[in-house]
Amino acid sequence: MNTYEPVMGLEVHVELNTKSKMFCRCSADYFGKGPNTHTCPVCLGLPGSLPFINKEAINKCIQIGLALNCEVSEKSLFERKNYFYPDLPKGYQISQYRWPLCINGKITLENRKVIRINRVHQEEDTGKLTHQGGETLIDFNRSGVPLVEIVTEPDFREVKEIRDYAKKLQQLLRYLGVSNADMEKGDMRLEANVSVRQVQSSKFKVQNELPKYRIELKNINSFRFMVAAVEYEIKRQIKALEKGEKLAQETRGWDEDKKCTYLQRSKEEAHDYRYFPEPDLPELIIDSQNIKKTRDSLPELPWDKSKRYESELEIKKADAQILTDPKELADFFEAVLEHGKKHGVGVKEIANYLINKRVDINSVLPTQIIEDIKGKKVGVIGDKEELEKIAKEVIDENPNLVIVYREGKTTVIMVLVGAVMKKTLGKADAAKVREILVELLNDPGV
Amino acid sequence: MKIRHVIKLANLPLAPEEEEKYSQQLSKILDYIKELDSVDTSGVEPTFNVSGQKNIMAEDNIGSCLPQDEVLSNATQKRNGLFVTKGVFEE
Amino acid sequence: MQKSKLQFKIQNLTELTLIETIQALKEKQFSEEELNKAYLDRISTLNPELNIFLEVKKNTRGIPAAIKDIIVTKGIRTTAGSKILSNFIPPYNATVIDRLLEHGISVIGKTNCDEFAMGSSGENSAYGPTKNPWDPTKVPGGTSSGSAASVAGDMCVFSLGTDTGGSIRQPASFCGVVGLKPSYGRVSRYGTIAMASSFDQIGPITKCVDDARMVLEWTSGGDSYDANCQKEKEKFTLQPSRLQVGLKGLKVGVPKEYFGKGLDKGVEKIIKEAILKLEELGAEVVEITLPHTEYGVAAYYILVPSEISSNYARFDGIRFGHARDQFGSEPKRRIMLGIFALSSGFYDDYFAKAAKVRTLIKQDFERVFEKVDVIVGPVSPTVAWNLGEKIDDPLKMYLSDAYTIPASLAGIPGLSIPCGFADNLPVGLQILGKHMNDELVLNVGEIYEQATDWHLKKPDLRFKI
Repeated sequence: MNTYEPVMGLEVHVELNTKSKMFCRCSADYFGKGPNTHTCPVCLGLPGSLPFINKEAINKCIQIGLALNCEVSEKSLFERKNYFYPDLPKGYQISQYRWPLCINGKITLENRKVIRINRVHQEEDTGKLTHQGGETLIDFNRSGVPLVEIVTEPDFREVKEIRDYAKKLQQLLRYLGVSNADMEKGDMRLEANVSVRQVQSSKFKVQNELPKYRIELKNINSFRFMVAAVEYEIKRQIKALEKGEKLAQETRGWDEDKKCTYLQRSKEEAHDYRYFPEPDLPELIIDSQNIKKTRDSLPELPWDKSKRYESELEIKKADAQILTDPKELADFFEAVLEHGKKHGVGVKEIANYLINKRVDINSVLPTQIIEDIKGKKVGVIGDKEELEKIAKEVIDENPNLVIVYREGKTTVIMVLVGAVMKKTLGKADAAKVREILVELLNDPGV
Repeated sequence: MKIRHVIKLANLPLAPEEEEKYSQQLSKILDYIKELDSVDTSGVEPTFNVSGQKNIMAEDNIGSCLPQDEVLSNATQKRNGLFVTKGVFEE
Repeated sequence: MQKSKLQFKIQNLTELTLIETIQALKEKQFSEEELNKAYLDRISTLNPELNIFLEVKKNTRGIPAAIKDIIVTKGIRTTAGSKILSNFIPPYNATVIDRLLEHGISVIGKTNCDEFAMGSSGENSAYGPTKNPWDPTKVPGGTSSGSAASVAGDMCVFSLGTDTGGSIRQPASFCGVVGLKPSYGRVSRYGTIAMASSFDQIGPITKCVDDARMVLEWTSGGDSYDANCQKEKEKFTLQPSRLQVGLKGLKVGVPKEYFGKGLDKGVEKIIKEAILKLEELGAEVVEITLPHTEYGVAAYYILVPSEISSNYARFDGIRFGHARDQFGSEPKRRIMLGIFALSSGFYDDYFAKAAKVRTLIKQDFERVFEKVDVIVGPVSPTVAWNLGEKIDDPLKMYLSDAYTIPASLAGIPGLSIPCGFADNLPVGLQILGKHMNDELVLNVGEIYEQATDWHLKKPDLRFKI
């Protein structure tokens, strides 16, 4: 019986959150807009139109590259990737191939394994197709929205590494503020290439010999399906190799109903994209000074922050990870720490409080956290009946706020919480007050 | 030159007699073009752009779009603000 | 301009140059309405025979210019000489059109051209060939065939053409008018239906050099819609030529490669006379060599079709135009050639090789321009040929552009000005200059023009009038 291991690489497409599109100044905020209302001659590919690079997109692409430890190419060119499809108005996608913006990066996974990043390059999105009966309908609002493609080397050996990578990447993109990275909305799309090789007995181990083929899994529009497809592919390929079959390069899709992958394009049908430099766009020359400027402007990255919490604040690794995800929680945590210093509340207490109470950072102020923690110490009013009484008083005194709250602007509850706190001279348990207020406000009888 | 492969990539519907005609004309032109082989280009950088420009980029500001009716005004087929074409399978 | 001379010429107001027309309008010698009517009358008389205009607009205002039908005009059908766009009404204006409109110019019509500017004779139009006003049995040259013929036939004050490998200069030469291909990046290409993006330039075709200078001034300059068209670090402002200085101190290079076999004897004689004239005017003439000239056509016919094969992928009949089977044979030929040159396994030997030869050709010019100020030679090896003569031999047609293609590969400015006649057909002198030094090319052209009267010769159009 032979043992096999999968050899996998990932290509991730990330839609940037710039205001305008990659090569024209149409709004890039297309989600949910009327069809073909965010288009112009450029992103419609009308005869005579020309592309013009969005500076902010390039800046964001370089930020991603630098955060992934890439080298930024001194000279970078756009190229045309030529193929016909109705969602591609020009008949080519402006992309990068021989001269990408960023190359040779790396990222470290939870299991300490280093995944090499082959490239981080800039390109543009296509329009959106819907299929109806025998027809295809096209909306070009998404056409030309900036996309960054992040390509790894085939360094993944386990499916859980893929999961970890995708999660880390998503967190990074959000930290950088370059993309919403929402997989449901298609801000972040994954493609995998999967092959399988026999694990040699250690004596004859040939390092780094890659399988002679690779199966590309494409156009799978959810992360869950992608994982299912990868798992299926690994089994399918092992079975095939066991039977002595020879596998060849091909592209496969995922059939969610049958729970299996299926052939989309064989090697013979592989595209010939005829890449060549985009003549409409002059080259990009990025000097080291600019690279330094961008590097200096990067925020503290999630894994660095987490490590810092461990070393500087002596927080457990698992807790540090919770506190740094999402970035907003980390920012909140740090703001609470600041207040904590002034009032003699320590790191551990704050960290524990935030983690154990699962504080909703959107409805509490950092100062309140300190008050809560302190309040507990000095004998907080925790009695439900007593708090209810005060809360009812506050509600009666603020009929306008109650109306606003019930109309859906629930954030006004913080004002009511504040009023209760005032009446109790800050001795109430703010979280409990909030709970009581919500209960009362949602009771139409009150 | 594999004319069939080229025609397929070109997405050009050609009649068989056209295929033959173009195939002959193109191979004559390619024969002529092959004279470039005699030029020594070792160590020569290619030229893709003669504008003399670099780093030409625009600020990320939103400009105006075309109204939807103008966007669709030249379409062969349209419906509910969308372009319509014959069905293609999602690849 | 003396008022009396202008008044004298007003007998035939369609013969006035752009600058004369502007002055006459300022002096209220005639109204814009009268001006437009005069040109429209001429068009309706001559167009049925010469097939110059594909679309005519009956304006009463503005100074009438004819626009090559490959430049998009909002609300005016733009076909690029192709059946595939027979119903295309652009929803936007090209940058050059907006700029002309700002200067009181109106579009009198869209001129016939080889389909998508692919050709050398004007015969590749899906709407029939344009005929040469000097002799309707001859081609007007291409691909700005209608634009050159409309100026030669006084059917507009001036016109715009596009030049990818000689498409302004060669028809200007064949039709005996002035044609300027500006430096690449001088004039915005936004809204000009691309043939080959790294070559195409839009330029004026005019009745005199001064007019070309004015139109260039109006249309050139940085554009936030064309990344290749931006303000230059060195700014060559266009100044009125200083005729009194003559050509003293000017070094003129004559490339020996432009006088080899293939050059018609009659044309050669006229060009040599023109060069003598430049010498007479004070220029120092030196023989130069541009050693890679002979590879220009081959490199061009790899690079241009490669760009075409990609530029013409957008024609899928979905958002505009008809299906791809409506392409004519020259576009089909070039699309296939380009696809081959870029396809897997051939890129290095074809596309990349040609791009390197392009570098060598560009360097040829750069070396020579260290020694001379401008280069002169013939625009075309022959005068206008008979309609139908080369239509079945694409390669022969390609080779007819051997003298205009190198400047296109290098992106440098090139001017064609009338310099005489061979076999009773016009011959054009080509003047080439350094990249972005269009001004000097125009000044040299104007000094020559003012010392000769070739530009004043008009075709005898009595065959129809």
